[in-house]
Amino acid sequence: MSGADTVGRAAATPGQPQPYAELGLTSEEYARIGGVLGRRPTDAELAIYSVMWSEHCSYKSSRVHLRQFAESAPPSAALLAGIGQNAGVVDIGQGYAVTFKVESHNHPSYVEPFQGAATGIGGIVRDILAMGARPVAVMDSLRFGPADAPDTRRVLPGVVAGISFYGNCLGLPNIGGELAFDPCYRGNPLVNALCVGVMRHEDLKLAAARGTGNQVILFGSRTGPDGIGGASVLASATFGGSDAAKRPSVQVGDPFMEKLLIECCLDLYAGGLVTGIQDLGAAGVACATTELAAGGGSGMRVDLDVVPLRDPALGPAEILMSESQERMMAVVEPGDVDRFMDVCARWGVLATVIGEVTGTGRLEMTWRGEQVVDIPPASAADEGPVYQRPIQRPAGQDALLADDPAALPRPEGGPELRAALLSLLASPGLADTAWVTEQYDRHVRGNTVLAMGQDAGVIRIDEQTGLGIALATDGNGRFGLLDPYAGAQLALAEAYRNVAATGAVPLAVTNGLNFGSPEDPGVMWQFSEAVRGLADGCAALGVPVTGGNVSFYNQTDETPIHPTPVVGVLGVHADVTRRVPVGLRTEGAPIVLLGRTAAEFGGSAWAQVAHGHCGGRPPQVDLGAEQALAAVLTAAAADGLLEAAHDLSEGGLAIALAECCLDQGLGCQVALQGDLFTQLFSESAARAVVAVRPGSERAFAALAARHGVPVQELGVAGGDSLVVQGSFDIPVDELAAAHTGTLPGIFG
Amino acid sequence: MARIVVDVMLRKEIHDPQGEAIASAAHRLGFGQVLGVRQGKRFEVELSGPADEAALARVAELAGELLANQVIEEFTLHES
Repeated sequence: MSGADTVGRAAATPGQPQPYAELGLTSEEYARIGGVLGRRPTDAELAIYSVMWSEHCSYKSSRVHLRQFAESAPPSAALLAGIGQNAGVVDIGQGYAVTFKVESHNHPSYVEPFQGAATGIGGIVRDILAMGARPVAVMDSLRFGPADAPDTRRVLPGVVAGISFYGNCLGLPNIGGELAFDPCYRGNPLVNALCVGVMRHEDLKLAAARGTGNQVILFGSRTGPDGIGGASVLASATFGGSDAAKRPSVQVGDPFMEKLLIECCLDLYAGGLVTGIQDLGAAGVACATTELAAGGGSGMRVDLDVVPLRDPALGPAEILMSESQERMMAVVEPGDVDRFMDVCARWGVLATVIGEVTGTGRLEMTWRGEQVVDIPPASAADEGPVYQRPIQRPAGQDALLADDPAALPRPEGGPELRAALLSLLASPGLADTAWVTEQYDRHVRGNTVLAMGQDAGVIRIDEQTGLGIALATDGNGRFGLLDPYAGAQLALAEAYRNVAATGAVPLAVTNGLNFGSPEDPGVMWQFSEAVRGLADGCAALGVPVTGGNVSFYNQTDETPIHPTPVVGVLGVHADVTRRVPVGLRTEGAPIVLLGRTAAEFGGSAWAQVAHGHCGGRPPQVDLGAEQALAAVLTAAAADGLLEAAHDLSEGGLAIALAECCLDQGLGCQVALQGDLFTQLFSESAARAVVAVRPGSERAFAALAARHGVPVQELGVAGGDSLVVQGSFDIPVDELAAAHTGTLPGIFG
Repeated sequence: MARIVVDVMLRKEIHDPQGEAIASAAHRLGFGQVLGVRQGKRFEVELSGPADEAALARVAELAGELLANQVIEEFTLHES
């Protein structure tokens, strides 16, 4: 007798109380498990259902909304694998496929910033690896409370160090991302990590266990008591103040083991030794076994006794729930097992056959010789509870929209406009991010074309043809708060525009949806609006959502964060040597503003920095104009008409021009018409500023006219100052001092 | 002058990749009897006054705040 709660014992003791509430299940969900099994679950089964039916793994509150991504997705021949897989896969031509995804690691990064952020990188890299691809780059999208808050000073350096440690040790370039600050993220930072991988079409792998008799192999690190209950307790509930005892033990990542795992997996794929594969992330073995078995429509028998343990005291429920890092699970034909083991041995990766695929349609597990699990796998993986949570537009929403920033005092005259520009440029959300990004290796692997400080990260995929990809992530919580539908579309539009500004053709979307508690009807309204906006936006722009991640319960006590959809857009460069950077580089090159400017200050950086104000309406969304602008930018890049291009977003034209000057230290002289304040600081969407290659002015004007994109000639590049004629001028050195001093001043 | 030693170790349940790397290096060097290694840190803190209870309490405070990350580590104090 093992003393374990066996299937037989569960059937014989129906009334035995079980700690389902502590595991995050409601009494209705607990009763539902009993209905599925025809008896109470064993402790091990309860562990499986509690993690698989957690918000984090089951998407039970978001699923009814996320369906729109698939339903209204534009037809795309490029999509090779979509929502529901570990990550979406898109065809980028020449036989290459790219897989990319954003995932959040918000709560773990607050508890233990270094390890939380590091394992966030490790987790998303394994997702990409599980698709059959070689991970080639990462990005990070970070949001914290006010930069000078004590909490931020504790969390930010740890998060950044964790990301750089794990990514740098893995040898993956970090090619960009975001850094934003807002009081709403105090006590609840957002740490979203993106990874992108590359493979040949035929290398695509799926998470499915098929073929009766095929062996199930667990490989990578040993299983320890790391993060037990992380998915159910930590990622799926609001943070309490000081219940330290309930916190699962922090997962500590080992990037060197992950590097071995990457090379080992790629070697296994190359040898054709894998029929199905799944990474182990949240919910560990429980998730990998149920998803593989459910994905293949098969059964699986697993012997938990042979799982290699770091701590021999672990019981079956703990083995199932452990979130130990750097582990994968493969399904392998019996005749290939020896070769599989040889490859693992060569890479120093521990591998163990823990079970086999069966034709029973049941997931069965034994421990100490007794059966502790016997469930239909789909009931845990795919058929969990789905909630239509109550939705209620928040009562204060109208007042928020009515709080028009037009009433705010504005800078007037040259000296005040000059001061406003410098204070925006020095504000933590717009300041130079070098303090953060210099900790990341952006050039390792030798294919980085553009990285931080540019509109998008660009990497070369094929050294012969110059085929490459561009990636940008964007999100603006202030716009999301004012109008979550428009906010999501503005995030999408900005990432789309950023990718196009480098010359890439936007192709596909991933998203990280960060929201408060789904049990709050106001938050659910924000969520449903944001998803609807993003789905509609993707349909209008013709770029499908390929996958993503939902993170709920981002709130401290009753106050949710601003709705923060982070949108990642992937674009393709036919030839990366044609990419367009941000910086001005030639004296006399004409500077042109593309798009229409209106007085739009709701949720703007100026309103926040100058007045701590967030109200009114966010900028108007015009996706047709975004498409036309992107068409001009990509065609102009392909034809070599541009020297520089920069999208306009936070801080408007003023910040965009300053950044164009700062990149190479070359100034510009511009003349603006109409209200100077509006021209400089409005955040109207669908705009970009470009420097035209001298001699290409007419060709560029004709191109813009053909696409119906309004053109406003601003002036020329040159000199050592940013000059707004008739108003003010700022030496580039002074811009640089304002831009670069802020973060080192706060973080040392 | 007193000297207090603070030993910092990862909590028992926390994964220690460095310790594992050392253990496997030990095996490579022929120390086959090594079952496992856990790696920690040792701090020697010099004090101006005597190592009385109040001083120990202050050093414990320092260890909790600065020398150990109590989310994943624990510490012990002793006089050297």
